[in-house]
Amino acid sequence: MAEINERFVQALLTLNRLAAKRIVAEVSGALTPLEIAEGMIVQALERIGEGWQRGDVALSQVYMSGRVCEELMDNLLPPGAPDRKNRPPMAIATLEDYHLLGKRIVYSVLRAEGFDLKDYGRVTVDEAVRRAGEDRLRILLISTLMLPSALHVRDLVLRLKSACPDVKVVVGGAPFLFDPELWREVHADAMGRSASDAAGIIERIMGGAP
Amino acid sequence: MTSATMTSLQRVLTALGHKEPDRVPLFLLPTLHGAKELGLSIRDYFTRAENVAEGQIRLRLKFGHDCLSNFFYGPVEIEAWGGEVIFRSDGPPNSGAPFIGNPEQIFQLKPPEIEKTPCLVKVLRATEIMKARVGDDCPIIGVAMSPFSLPVMQMGFDRYLDLMADRPELFKRLMQVNEEFCVAWANAQLRAGATAICYFDPVSSSTIIPPDLYRLTGFAIAKRTLARIQGPTATHMASGRSLPILSDIAQTGTAIVGVSALEDLAEIKAACRGKLTVLGNLNGIEMRRWSSAKAEAVVRKAIAQAGPGGGFILADNHGEIPYQVPDEVLFTIAEAARRWGIYPLQETGSHGR
Repeated sequence: MAEINERFVQALLTLNRLAAKRIVAEVSGALTPLEIAEGMIVQALERIGEGWQRGDVALSQVYMSGRVCEELMDNLLPPGAPDRKNRPPMAIATLEDYHLLGKRIVYSVLRAEGFDLKDYGRVTVDEAVRRAGEDRLRILLISTLMLPSALHVRDLVLRLKSACPDVKVVVGGAPFLFDPELWREVHADAMGRSASDAAGIIERIMGGAP
Repeated sequence: MTSATMTSLQRVLTALGHKEPDRVPLFLLPTLHGAKELGLSIRDYFTRAENVAEGQIRLRLKFGHDCLSNFFYGPVEIEAWGGEVIFRSDGPPNSGAPFIGNPEQIFQLKPPEIEKTPCLVKVLRATEIMKARVGDDCPIIGVAMSPFSLPVMQMGFDRYLDLMADRPELFKRLMQVNEEFCVAWANAQLRAGATAICYFDPVSSSTIIPPDLYRLTGFAIAKRTLARIQGPTATHMASGRSLPILSDIAQTGTAIVGVSALEDLAEIKAACRGKLTVLGNLNGIEMRRWSSAKAEAVVRKAIAQAGPGGGFILADNHGEIPYQVPDEVLFTIAEAARRWGIYPLQETGSHGR
C-alpha cells in the first residue's frame, strides 16, 4: 500500500490526473470506497499539505491535487452518501477579499476528505453573520489574502459570537502565515497553516466527532 | 566614510555593482501612506498624478529612504485592459471580477494602447513630476506586472492555473499578448523618467509553482520580456519564495531579486552573491505591531546577514508597506538602517538573533 500511496502522491504532484485516476481504479477491486478515501486520498492530501508547510510543495500543486481528489471522491462517495462527513454544519468564505484561490483550495481538500460544506463565496461581515445564523452553522472557515480583510475577522467574530454563540471561526491565508499571532489578535478560534490542516481542526473543535 | 557621502542613486548603483557604498540602501515602499500624508482618502489620492508624486516625495523627505516609486496599485494594469478596480478605505485597491470570463476571449485579446489609456497616462505623469523634482539624485522605480503573473487578475487565479494545465495554446497566446503590453508599459515608464522597472512576478515564485514548471514557463517568459525592456529591472516575488530558482532568475537578465521573509536571508545572499542584488526581506505584515526594539533588531540582523560586500538593498518583502504600519515603525526602520548600515559594517554574519 505504501508503494501505491507514493505513486498516487507523485501523480498528484506532477498534475497527472489520468495516472491518479488509474491508480484509484487499480485498487478499487480490493478496497472499499471508504478505505480508498481514508487510506489513500486523505493521506495523500495530508502529505502534500505537509510539503506545502515545509515550502517543498507549491500552491499550484496543492490546488490541482485538491481538484483531482475532489473529483475522485465525488465518484467514490457521491454527495449525500452515508459515509460522507456531513456534520457539523459548516461553510467557507472569503471576507471582503477578492482573492478566491485559498478558499477554493480548502473547499476542494475538505470535500476530497469527505466533508460536505457550503461555499458562501465572497461575503461582508453582515452577510456572513446572517447566513451563519440562517444555516445554523457550527463552523465558519474564513480565507483571506489581504491584511485589512484579515483584520476585519475581529468584527466578524464579535458579531458572530453575539448572534450565534456556538459558531467557531477558523481562519487561514497569507496574513496569518506571515504573522503567527494574528489569528489570536482577531479572536479566531483556530488557524490553519495549510488546507490539509482544516479537517484536523474541525475534528478537534467538534471533540473528535465530526 | 560617513552616512551622507553619496546620493541615493550613487548608493544604489554601488550596491548593484556588488560593492559597498557609504551605507546599505533602503527602499521603503509606503505606497498608501502617501494618502495619509496628504490627508486624503485612498481613492481620492489616486485620482491625480500630482497627489501621488507629492505624497511619495514627502514620504522620502520624512523617512530618508533611497528611492521613489511611481506605483499606484496592482490593478491599475487591469483598469487599463478594461477591468474593474475596487477601492477600500483601509488597504490597496483590488481587481474586481476577472474581465476574461471565457478563456476563448483570449484569441481576441488586444493590449491597451498606453498613450490612450487615462489610468496609465496618470502613472506616467506622476513619474515625470517625480523626475522633475529629484533629477538624478534618487532612483525612481517603475512597476510592471510580469506577463506570466498578470493573468491572476485578468482571469482569476484558479482558472489561470487550469488554463496553464489544460489549454497550452491559449496560455501561449495570452503570454504573447501580455508580453507586448508589459514591454510597452515598462518602456513608457522608463521614457517618463523611471530609473528602473520592478517586474512583479509572484506566480513564478516557488510558493506558487514548482521550480520545474517555472523553468518551462515564467523563466522563459521573463528572459524574453526583460531583454526587450530598455533599462535595468528588479524581479520581485511579492513575498513568494525564490531560493530554489535563484540561479535561474539570475539568468533572466534581471539585476535585483525581491525575496521573502519566509526564507533565510543569509542563505539567499550566499546564493545571489556577485550575481543578483538582494532586495528584502522585512515582514510587512508583522511590521504593523513591531516595537522599536523589535524593528531595530530585525533591521540589524538583516544588514548583518546580507549587507557584507554590497549587493543588498534593505526593503520589505512584498514591495508595499501595509497601510496599517505606523509611522513610528517606519522611522525606527529608517534610523536603524542608517545606524547599522554604515560600511564597513559593525556586525556581519548571524548577529541579531
